[in-house]
Amino acid sequence: MTAVTPITPYHYLVLAAALFTIGLIGVMVRRNIIVVLMSIELMLNAVNINLVAFSYQLRDGAGQVFAIFVVAVAAAEAAVGLGIILAFYRNKETVNIDEMDIMRW
Amino acid sequence: MLESLVFYSLAAFILGFGVLVVTARNTVHCVLFLVANFLCVAVVYVMLAAEFLAVIQILVYAGGIVVLYLFVVMLVSLRRAPDTPPDTRRQSQLGFILSAVMLAEMSAILMYSAARPSSAVASAPAPAGGGNTEMIGMLLYSDYLVPFELASMLLLVAMVGAILLARKDV
Repeated sequence: MTAVTPITPYHYLVLAAALFTIGLIGVMVRRNIIVVLMSIELMLNAVNINLVAFSYQLRDGAGQVFAIFVVAVAAAEAAVGLGIILAFYRNKETVNIDEMDIMRW
Repeated sequence: MLESLVFYSLAAFILGFGVLVVTARNTVHCVLFLVANFLCVAVVYVMLAAEFLAVIQILVYAGGIVVLYLFVVMLVSLRRAPDTPPDTRRQSQLGFILSAVMLAEMSAILMYSAARPSSAVASAPAPAGGGNTEMIGMLLYSDYLVPFELASMLLLVAMVGAILLARKDV
């Protein structure tokens, strides 16, 4: 009865939107900064799915090239972010973002 | 038919592992669910004929970034859990509300574009030939040479910054 519709780019866009929202909820609700960074990685992955889906639809490789740039930026972000977390943890012994307010005036 | 089956099961896995990453109490479990999520996303890339990006995803994300996360989780010994109370404070509720607004916005945009017939987009010509990796290499070293060099510069700066931040006397 239910005819299976072929997979269109919209399916991928819906998947990416859902994944992005999950990552967004993780960023806003979780208090562990490591989990917050991981949620940001989820959101970057959702963006990559969008880029590759459009690249596939338009038969244009530029989307994949930009997805590679996103991966490079994510790697840089993870390295620096985790370095900051380690440096902070050595000083304050916490990874709770509610206690990370030493730069708030 | 097979494509639909693969897509829907993959989508279920991706979203399920995403939810588990966000909800798991143990941070090590979060990292492991993140690996599974990245691997499923790599399979999605293969479905979208982006084989090179799938390999990059597995090598860089699942191989490199996740190991970095795992190191930090191991180094940061959590004597008390950071999420001590299951915080149902105003801040969390505000987060849920803002996420719902974001989702509604994205669905509105998707509905709007799905309602219109996709005319020019659907009939793009097939690529000239050559493999996926070859095409990306040609693009990276011709049209996107300057962003490529900038990305390498960014990675260098990030490496120096990470080493500086990880020193003892910071």
